[in-house]
Amino acid sequence: MDLNTEVGRTDPVGYMERTRRYYRALGYNNDYKWSHYVDVPFTPLKKPLAESKVVIVTTSSPPGGPKDGNRKLKEVWSGPTTNTPADLHTEYLAWDKETTHMRDRESYLPVQALHALAAEGRIGGLTERFHGVPTTYSQKQTLEQEAPHIVRLCQEDQADVAVLVPI
Amino acid sequence: MSLVARAIEEAGIPTVIIGSGKDIVEHCGVPRLVFTDFPLGNPAGPPYDRTSQAAIAAQAIDLLETATEPRTTVNSPVLWPEGEGWRHVYNYIGPENRDALRAEGEERRARQQRDRQGLAAAEAD
Repeated sequence: MDLNTEVGRTDPVGYMERTRRYYRALGYNNDYKWSHYVDVPFTPLKKPLAESKVVIVTTSSPPGGPKDGNRKLKEVWSGPTTNTPADLHTEYLAWDKETTHMRDRESYLPVQALHALAAEGRIGGLTERFHGVPTTYSQKQTLEQEAPHIVRLCQEDQADVAVLVPI
Repeated sequence: MSLVARAIEEAGIPTVIIGSGKDIVEHCGVPRLVFTDFPLGNPAGPPYDRTSQAAIAAQAIDLLETATEPRTTVNSPVLWPEGEGWRHVYNYIGPENRDALRAEGEERRARQQRDRQGLAAAEAD
């Protein structure tokens, strides 16, 4: 379904093709195969948004890097949505390090923005925790371990809806 | 992350992704996507731009209400504040860096091989 009406936009960057070409230029012969499905699940809202608790899911890792002794960079983790750490670990992820920076946590983890929507009454609130599922580039691991783990955490938190923000 | 969205949705919790890698997310197939046409790294809005970040979060919440079927994508109207130059930067390949990329790849493969041999030696100990 296309809910867009505007015309004349620049075409989005084709990251799959660009990444394929980049890795070929590095001398790798086997192209990465991105996940692809014909069927897509869909669950309608069960209650009004004003009564719904929102959970945020990020691909960032906990604060601190390997130099700080943080060895759990690529494991599922959770953090608080009040007094949220200002700086999460994102350095090893694939983002445009030449163009931008990630010093503003709200640019990839919209905690304040969603708290503001709760204050306006648009949503019921945020769950006490957000959850992190750092990118591992193993679809098998994501499907068999990380995704079910995140589902359990969302259910424990009694989240009604989820906002996922991949970096 | 698209795989995680699908799993959460299958478990009965409606999901919305806010993302800048439109082709990757749509190739996987997800219920709802707010596409923010920014360089990779700041999907929820340009750094320190609280007004744009609020608009993007609100659009994601709205989409949970307005979408009636899976694979629903809406484009955020927010534009990257520093023009369009970023579109060619990420993973750029050109005549001037081809040799350097090839050398970097070779170095990377050598390092990976050393790591594997080191791991095998450690396991054998």
